[in-house]
Amino acid sequence: MRQLSMRDAINEALHLEMARDPRVIVLGEDVSGGAGGTSGQRDAAGGVFGVTKGLLPKFGEDRVIDTPISESAIIGAANGAALAGMRPVAELMFADFLGVCFDQVFNQAAKFRYMFGGKTACPIVIRTATGAGMNMGAQHSQSMYALVTAVPGLKVVVPSNAYDAKGLMLTAIRDDDPVVFFEHKAIYPRKGAVPEGDYTIPFGEAALVREGEHVTVVAIGRMVSFAEKALDALAAEGITADLIDPRTLSPLDDETIYESLENTGRLVIVDESPPRCSVASDIAALVASNAFHALKAPIVQITAPHTPVPFARELERAYVPSPQSIEAAIRRLVKQ
Amino acid sequence: MPLPPDRLLRAYRQMKTIREFEERLHVEIQTGEIPGFTHLYSGQEAVAVGICEHLDDADWIASTHRGHGHCIAKGCDVTGMMLEIYGRRDGLCKGKGGSMHIADMSKGMLGANAIVGGGPPIAVGAAIACKARRDGKVAVAFGGDGSCNQGTVFEAMNLAVVLKAPAIFVFEDNGYSEHTGADYAVGSRDIAGRARGFGMPAETCDGSDFFAVHAAMGRALERARNGGGPSTIEAKTTRFFGHFEGDPMLYRAKDEVARHRETMDCLRIFRARVSERSLLDSAALDAVDAEVMALIDRSVAAARSAAPPTAADLLTDVYVSY
Repeated sequence: MRQLSMRDAINEALHLEMARDPRVIVLGEDVSGGAGGTSGQRDAAGGVFGVTKGLLPKFGEDRVIDTPISESAIIGAANGAALAGMRPVAELMFADFLGVCFDQVFNQAAKFRYMFGGKTACPIVIRTATGAGMNMGAQHSQSMYALVTAVPGLKVVVPSNAYDAKGLMLTAIRDDDPVVFFEHKAIYPRKGAVPEGDYTIPFGEAALVREGEHVTVVAIGRMVSFAEKALDALAAEGITADLIDPRTLSPLDDETIYESLENTGRLVIVDESPPRCSVASDIAALVASNAFHALKAPIVQITAPHTPVPFARELERAYVPSPQSIEAAIRRLVKQ
Repeated sequence: MPLPPDRLLRAYRQMKTIREFEERLHVEIQTGEIPGFTHLYSGQEAVAVGICEHLDDADWIASTHRGHGHCIAKGCDVTGMMLEIYGRRDGLCKGKGGSMHIADMSKGMLGANAIVGGGPPIAVGAAIACKARRDGKVAVAFGGDGSCNQGTVFEAMNLAVVLKAPAIFVFEDNGYSEHTGADYAVGSRDIAGRARGFGMPAETCDGSDFFAVHAAMGRALERARNGGGPSTIEAKTTRFFGHFEGDPMLYRAKDEVARHRETMDCLRIFRARVSERSLLDSAALDAVDAEVMALIDRSVAAARSAAPPTAADLLTDVYVSY
């Protein structure tokens, strides 16, 4: 099958949905790029990671809107346009910038439907680049999804590969609730098999990436591929695992995790966020509350440390869980 | 162009409805039946009505924590609002929003907003939708003198200028940001001047004069509808009550409200003006007064006897689907 990068897969989803639904608009900093300036060249950026490239020439300035660096206005405008009947896809250049516009995310978008008695919806998608691994420092590298997963009213998507990213993006834009869509910047270039045309992946359905017998590994985003590497190495020792990619953190398919644990009895959770009040600790708490009987050993959480994301290559490598650290933790747990 | 008598009477009815709604709430709040925070709009009616008289249901407004006046002026159901403020199941938002979160998309009312500065970015978004659809509609962002100090408002104003969005920013300078004077908190005390700094036309008007607000809005609206982009209207006004109900107003001179009720009462000023010019006769205005009083009586009675939400309502309306 045709191989596409995750970047191009998401780009294709945006093209498809903008062509299908005239209510879809895209807005954000440099989503086209080149407005003003001295060269006269539009579509000069197509998003800082190139995900929105080619949309402006096709759909025009009323639907592909370059904004000033004003995150609160970007997300707020997406909210207002959604209330007024559009389906905006807003780009928040880096997930760290949630800190600038959090009011529009958690006080406004998340709460309209409830506060207004169910009489309206806010169908926005906030696309945002997430994660460490590119030495971008503490304010451009965080994995902030626990913050939004904690907020009732929001849906949270973290794709781990190109195929899922396209299908989940099409679902996200068509979904009537506000969705925060985290795109790991380190896997934008990674290619995978992506069919042409329209397909969707439902929210709240985890992917069982691998089946095995000794341990259940739940990994999020980029950590899915790291867990696969770890499991490849462990196969030689006869250790196999169910590898679960939740794909959406809200709603979360916890049932698939419990079902797997009935067979394996051991759980490893891999997440590159810091450990406190994290998605990893949330999943651990859910399992302890709902599937304690299935556990043969304590739950293992492999996370970043309780520190900001560091800059230097050596430090950042030490910060992010590695295939080796995942491999060692699984081996320890299984041989316990 | 002078307004025809039926429009003038409608404007008066709207202002009177807001006034009596708020004056009655001020009384009913003493009974303890109304939960939470309530911020009353009495004194500022000419602004909401002077602006919204130009709009229809397909135009949009984003309101503030002091939002009852905007809601009524934009056509929200008065009884539904009263029920909502009492926290009743049949309230406009099923009792889940309350005074600070009344909204009705079918009336183009994007919501009162308990976050100062929360509304203007949302209004610009609605204006972007109007522009993309080329439907000739506009969006109005209401805010107070307090909101003009929020960065989100500056972002919204600049974005509207950059995109030539059909947005109109209305700042109601009632003299106080909560318990602090605007003469202290607004650096230049010149909100219109700030707006001009963003590159949009701005004018200051007497917010207790319906006709002044209405005329300023007419100019802003014409610009917005003709692709001229956003405008700002700064309306100088006053509030007759505290920041919230129960506020002892220690920051205001003892006689200030009484003085303002004498000299800045927009209803009184409106009646004087239409009588002077023989535009409406006082019998017609008195008849409106009686109808409004009856409407408010009915809405309070309905709210008092209405059922509260049920326990099951707690868990509904979080998502469209989950």
